[in-house]
Amino acid sequence: MAKVLLEMKNITKTFPGVKALDNVNLKVEEGEIHALVGENGAGKSTLMNVLSGIYPYGTYEGDIVYDGQVCKFNKIKDSEEKGIVIIHQELALIPYMTIGENMFLGNERGKKFAINWNETHGLSEKYLKMVGLKESSRTLIKDIGTGKQQLVEIAKALAKNAKLLILDEPTASLNETDSKALLDLLLKFKQEGMTSIIISHKLNEIAYCADKITVIRDGSTIETLDKNKDDISEDRIIKGMVGRDLTDRFPKRAEKHIGDINMEIKDWTVYHPIYTERKVVDKVSINVRKGEVVGISGLMGAGRTELAMSVFGHSYGTNISGRVFINGKEVHMKSVGDAIKNKLAYVTEDRKGNGLVLSNSIKINTTMANLGAVSSHTVINRDKEYAVAVDYKEKLKTKCPSVEQNVGNLSGGNQQKVLLAKWMFTDPDVLILDEPTRGIDVGAKYEIYCIINQLIADGKSVIMISSELPEVLGMCDRIYVMNEGRIVGEVTAEEASQEVIMSHILKSSK
Amino acid sequence: MEKEKIMSFVKKYTMIIVLILVMIFFGIGTGGKLFLPQNVTNLISQNAYVFVLATGMLLCILTGGNIDLSIGSVVCFTGAVGATMMDKGINSVAAVFAMLVVGLIIGSIQAVCIAYIHVPPFITTLAGMLAFRGLSNVVLNGMTVSVTDEAFQKIFGGGANCYVPDLFGIEGFNLTCMLLGIIACIIYVAIQINGRVSRVKKGYEVDSLAGMIIKTVVICAVICVLAFKLSQYKGIPTVLIWVLLVVLIYGYITSKTTIGRYFYAVGGNEKATKLSGINTNRVYFLAYANMGLLAGLAGILTIARLTSAQPTYGQNYEMDAIGSCFIGGASAYGGTGTVPGVIVGAVLMGIINLGMSIMGVDSNWQRVVKGIVLLLAVIFDVTTKKEGK
Repeated sequence: MAKVLLEMKNITKTFPGVKALDNVNLKVEEGEIHALVGENGAGKSTLMNVLSGIYPYGTYEGDIVYDGQVCKFNKIKDSEEKGIVIIHQELALIPYMTIGENMFLGNERGKKFAINWNETHGLSEKYLKMVGLKESSRTLIKDIGTGKQQLVEIAKALAKNAKLLILDEPTASLNETDSKALLDLLLKFKQEGMTSIIISHKLNEIAYCADKITVIRDGSTIETLDKNKDDISEDRIIKGMVGRDLTDRFPKRAEKHIGDINMEIKDWTVYHPIYTERKVVDKVSINVRKGEVVGISGLMGAGRTELAMSVFGHSYGTNISGRVFINGKEVHMKSVGDAIKNKLAYVTEDRKGNGLVLSNSIKINTTMANLGAVSSHTVINRDKEYAVAVDYKEKLKTKCPSVEQNVGNLSGGNQQKVLLAKWMFTDPDVLILDEPTRGIDVGAKYEIYCIINQLIADGKSVIMISSELPEVLGMCDRIYVMNEGRIVGEVTAEEASQEVIMSHILKSSK
Repeated sequence: MEKEKIMSFVKKYTMIIVLILVMIFFGIGTGGKLFLPQNVTNLISQNAYVFVLATGMLLCILTGGNIDLSIGSVVCFTGAVGATMMDKGINSVAAVFAMLVVGLIIGSIQAVCIAYIHVPPFITTLAGMLAFRGLSNVVLNGMTVSVTDEAFQKIFGGGANCYVPDLFGIEGFNLTCMLLGIIACIIYVAIQINGRVSRVKKGYEVDSLAGMIIKTVVICAVICVLAFKLSQYKGIPTVLIWVLLVVLIYGYITSKTTIGRYFYAVGGNEKATKLSGINTNRVYFLAYANMGLLAGLAGILTIARLTSAQPTYGQNYEMDAIGSCFIGGASAYGGTGTVPGVIVGAVLMGIINLGMSIMGVDSNWQRVVKGIVLLLAVIFDVTTKKEGK
């Protein structure tokens, strides 16, 4: 048996109110490629952040044993000195610097006040050769594609004398050829004795390169599968990833009254706002009926948020094409104002960043999108505004001492309710809820689901974007599966199961 | 619990407490000279431009800590235009109108660059600062143009005798001023009571009665003491009317109107504001266009007070305005700050200036002190924010 290089023992990491990791164990042997799989939010990235010292020693429980020693990392530098190098999903390269400069950023060659550029570029070339990238080390990062940038990241890791390489979704933004090349590179490194941990959603890739697979679900390790002993088919892995019991986590709906089509989107195509040749949403056609909850399921980066935001008054993307019909009539929504007028609401996934003004009160946030309704001739009627805020506070059971309290001081669940209140106050017919229960506890989730059911009972339509499969299955009447910007499947509540949805996603991944 | 209450009180009214301490300090340091009626009057007329400009600057800062560096030069330029017009014999009403329009146009040009072309405000207004200083010189030919129109001087608070005329004629005491002060108090009390009664009637939350009474009494006392001091000198300086007008209008806009609310929203979270269907570009535009308009007004007040226009006028005015805002509790990141707070900040700066001048402190040292006060105010803002998190 090979030597165990890394062992993470009983790692528990708690964030205020949430247990992100619960007694996680991970054992990695020297010279193997170890895959880490799990749903979004299962705790994979948190685990890697613990390992690399982003969450310093003392903020978690449990031990990290690396190379036979218990490690106490306080910062990333500490783990890098030991040869543990993490490459994040979002590439951390600076576009207007050369490959060489990037590679030794924070690790400069030469003396403190005199960088030795010849050594820098000389070494860079050497590492670039190792990863098989044929570019001069003096090329600017912005001039090379994402695939090559990923290779630069790996070269950068090698330059830090990496013994254990951690790759977080390395192929997420790569095309098939580049992905294959990257995986082959990892296999080549393995021959040379390098150990890697790879986090990926693409199970075919994992099956291709991994020796062992550890499945994480809801912050705990479920199982570790060994290529040589266990069945590592996609179905087997999916079962491990999603296999959890569905109990009464969703309120029952009294009776269904699904009516006519309320909103229909046809051939919706959107390009990336900066990389304008990249298609983010590709000919999407969906519809939602009155009194219906339609789910859009998919992995992060599938283009769901981009679809919703681009429909919602062109808030995202460029070169948007396609048509939107509301109640059978074509509408053009070029601004958020138009969208609100057409009775569309979009409740963002990022409530702190895009949804709420944290430094303002519940009252002010509640009326923000429809201030006209509580004012006459641009003068705000404070009493009326207050009454509205209190009304929604009671309706949605927001827990707060007063509506004058700052939203920043509320818990995630209550913030989400304020955000919902804000959009319910615009009196929409169609609500797009983007990850409506992200980062909130089970009790609050249940209350949010009740609110959704109430909206439906009032004849409104809800489009729910969610990465949590149980939630989609528990709440939706119909589910669209989205992947890589396209709708890759549509299933009714009856046919839907976690396996069906996951296989739609995974089978369409290239 | 008691301790917590005191702490939150201190936090809420820090600047007012500091203001009182500074007043006591300089009151003692100047042997009481600071509170002589003449000095109180001076405090108002010398700082009129700061009150006006700081109010405008607040709107810019609210949008996200953005400042306008050009206003000193714009004040000088509009003043130069107005003085030259009057010097050429053009009617002073037309000149006043022209100054406001010129200010608004300059503000709008800069506002278009900032709001729609997305040039960073710092750069745009730095360019404006350079350009309009130069243009002022061009308009004035590098010379001083004096303003001789007496009506203009009187109305905009220049010269020696620009006070609201007294109707009663009591020697040494301006009863009109005192009466106006008392009327202001009565109106204030009436508004407070009316608001409270209507809230209680509709069953809304109200602040504690004791707190409201204390607040009302303190504000009325301040108004009365101020009115009394002014009465002992020559009454209400006309410039105070303009300042009050600006403060009241903008205080109302920022606290009671939708557009006012948008300034806070943009500074608090621009993305969320945009996704709420609010035209954030327009908010930026209004902030900077309005700043130009108020710079025009400040230009009027400046040439009226100094009865001339010179190419050097308005220097560092932007710094006074920015300083007042930050000392008065506006956040360097935007989203918080009030007109009354800014006025407190401006008064604080004014008292430090005046107190040190009376004490005969060298003007260079005065700058050092002002710089330190500004830095301390922002350190306070940043650290209390951190505690909040």
